[in-house]
Amino acid sequence: MFEALSDKLGGVFDRLRGRGALSEADVNEALREVRLALLDADVALPVVREFVAKVRERAVGTEVLDSVSPGQQVVKIVNDVMIEQLGGAGAVPLNLTAVPPVPILMVGLQGSGKTTTAGKLGLRLRERLRRKVLLASLDTQRPAAQLQLAQLAERAGVPSLPIVAGQTPVEIARRAMDTGRREGFDIVILDTAGRLSINQELMAEVTEIRAATNPVETLLVVDAMTGQDAVNTAKAFNEAVGVTGIVMTRMDGDARGGAALSMRAITGAPIKLTGISEKLDGLEDFHPERVAGRILGMGDIVGLVEKASETVDQEEAEKLARKMAKGQFDLEDYAKQLKQITKMGSLSGILGMLPGVGKIKAQLEDANLDTSILKRQGAIISSMTPKERRAPDIIKASRKKRIASGSGTSVQEVNRLLKQFDDMSTMMKRMNKLGQKGLMRHGLSAIMPKGMAPRNRPY
Amino acid sequence: MALGGFFGRLKQGLSRSTQKLTEGITTVFKKRRLDDEALEELEELLISADLGTEVAARVIDTFRRTRFGTEVTDEEIKTALAEEVSAILTPVAHPLVIDHARKPHVVLVVGVNGTGKTTTIGKMAQLYREQGMRPVLVAGDTFRAAAVEQLQIWGQRTDAPVIAGPPNADAAGLAFQALTQAKAEGADVLLIDTAGRLHNRSVLMEELKKIIRVIRKQDPEAPHSVLLVLDATTGQNAIQQVRVFREMVDVTGLVVTKLDGSARGGIVVALAQEFGLPVHAVGVGEQAGDLRPFDAGDFARGLVGT
Repeated sequence: MFEALSDKLGGVFDRLRGRGALSEADVNEALREVRLALLDADVALPVVREFVAKVRERAVGTEVLDSVSPGQQVVKIVNDVMIEQLGGAGAVPLNLTAVPPVPILMVGLQGSGKTTTAGKLGLRLRERLRRKVLLASLDTQRPAAQLQLAQLAERAGVPSLPIVAGQTPVEIARRAMDTGRREGFDIVILDTAGRLSINQELMAEVTEIRAATNPVETLLVVDAMTGQDAVNTAKAFNEAVGVTGIVMTRMDGDARGGAALSMRAITGAPIKLTGISEKLDGLEDFHPERVAGRILGMGDIVGLVEKASETVDQEEAEKLARKMAKGQFDLEDYAKQLKQITKMGSLSGILGMLPGVGKIKAQLEDANLDTSILKRQGAIISSMTPKERRAPDIIKASRKKRIASGSGTSVQEVNRLLKQFDDMSTMMKRMNKLGQKGLMRHGLSAIMPKGMAPRNRPY
Repeated sequence: MALGGFFGRLKQGLSRSTQKLTEGITTVFKKRRLDDEALEELEELLISADLGTEVAARVIDTFRRTRFGTEVTDEEIKTALAEEVSAILTPVAHPLVIDHARKPHVVLVVGVNGTGKTTTIGKMAQLYREQGMRPVLVAGDTFRAAAVEQLQIWGQRTDAPVIAGPPNADAAGLAFQALTQAKAEGADVLLIDTAGRLHNRSVLMEELKKIIRVIRKQDPEAPHSVLLVLDATTGQNAIQQVRVFREMVDVTGLVVTKLDGSARGGIVVALAQEFGLPVHAVGVGEQAGDLRPFDAGDFARGLVGT
């Protein structure tokens, strides 16, 4: 449902091509789109206002470079401001410099993922930093919450504070710190019950816990799917306990994650970690430059590369690339490529990570293209003889019929595959001719077969 | 659930969540001309309640047509806005009706992680016990640590039997076995809890489909209801959640949780327009009695604070 911001801005600026500096009117029109895109990505309204004002200030009067469109110029400014507001480039590590046991306090709303994150953090600190970590659950509200952390701790190979029924959260916190001191722990992670920011009684309780333990890090755990309420949550927790860092969970979902920007803007605290799976090792550093593109709907190139490197066989890929460069790419290689694409997940998911393909993606969705087509194509290729795969030109009517019946498809589908392969070969030849520089200059449209070229040059 | 004083209870639950919006509207509309600027501010108020930019614009458009240029007080605006929202929500306000002929009526409860599925099942068990039914709970979240124990505690609290398997057991097999047992025991409702899953994880969504396939071997019409539990703090991603869950497992209705917080759950309005799925109930607290039927007028009035 979201068109990429760059596409929208492309539309706004289409008629402005070839002008000099960005005028205030141009910028204002573009900023309306930026505002909508941010709101659709769940950035909270007050934060959007501030953001748009910053972009306006920087954009008005900026000279448009010859090589880019005004839309691309604004997108660049928006992206730069976004990265800055998310905390600049690079990750901010946890602060662990204090006399051990160093207390880390986890706070947040119900269901934001505090307990799971506490377990993940325990594993991470034990494995990566070789620290002796104690996990303690102060959640006396939710049924079986303390047991949940104890079980997670066991899986993570980290000790947990023995459960004593009837103790208040503050008493448990004190006991945890005592145990930490007595048994020589480096770090004590205190997991608290989920609480609503407006529940004064429970907010007072967490303030008391904070006072009793004096944590070096107070991490606010936030669901990446959070909407406008992010502002209220951030404010309330920051006032009550002084947030020192934010953990965004469920970043493996498909939410745009605008809450990250809201949280950072309201608390001023850096986003330190992100939860990216239900598994215990699914905790990563937060990289503002990667998330900026996601919020703006401009794609997550680094994420794509990482996903690809996880699933694609490196050696195989290099072999394919060499073949492509030499123009020796045949159907056998195509089949291998299909298999790797299928492994990476749905096509639209992959395309969503690419910048500037919002339009192509929409077209593909209209065409109802899914990975089952890839499977069918794989079947068609497996029904060919090795000779046919190497030299598809020899496939004429009777061979087509045999291949179609062998793969349970139709002659039309075989034709379509051959045509597609032909297009691909043409594309590759053009790509080789253009070289890397040419590709940068002319964009994707230079190599696309006619009819598939995106209207805008990629950002 | 006792119906007496229901409005008061819902209002109490929603009151905090609406305070903010109410304050906003009151400051904007102290008897002034409803001009472009005023409408824009009103639109922003709706957006900050998570209605989304499109739905907020649509609601404001109606206002523009009917009331533009008139002198209005904040009271009038609130009433009109509540009517507008209520008109969108009325068609989806349907309680979950348990079919007593089924024995048991099978309810599958699904949703992303942390929305409150298990808590909602606990509350539903309480509600059905109060109505004199025999609910049976199935601890189908075999993945998350201590999820089974969490449901078992709810079973004790509400005096409802809980069927559970060993950790990491196959949820589909467990559901099948539970249905057999519930039938034999003459249960009225079978509430099946499932592990939270992100809608974009296709493998996990397939697992959910498998649960349905397996219980259909026993009862081709089961599950009779598939409830998607939504967190009121969720923003625009809720639309994608509902879309995918509906495509994959034929969601029949929604339950919106955590409406006692500062989130206003405006996404429900957008969901009503987009999908028209019934909203059965809202969660307004952590206690067993904190589940309320969804009432469009009440919700709308609560949302704008009249």
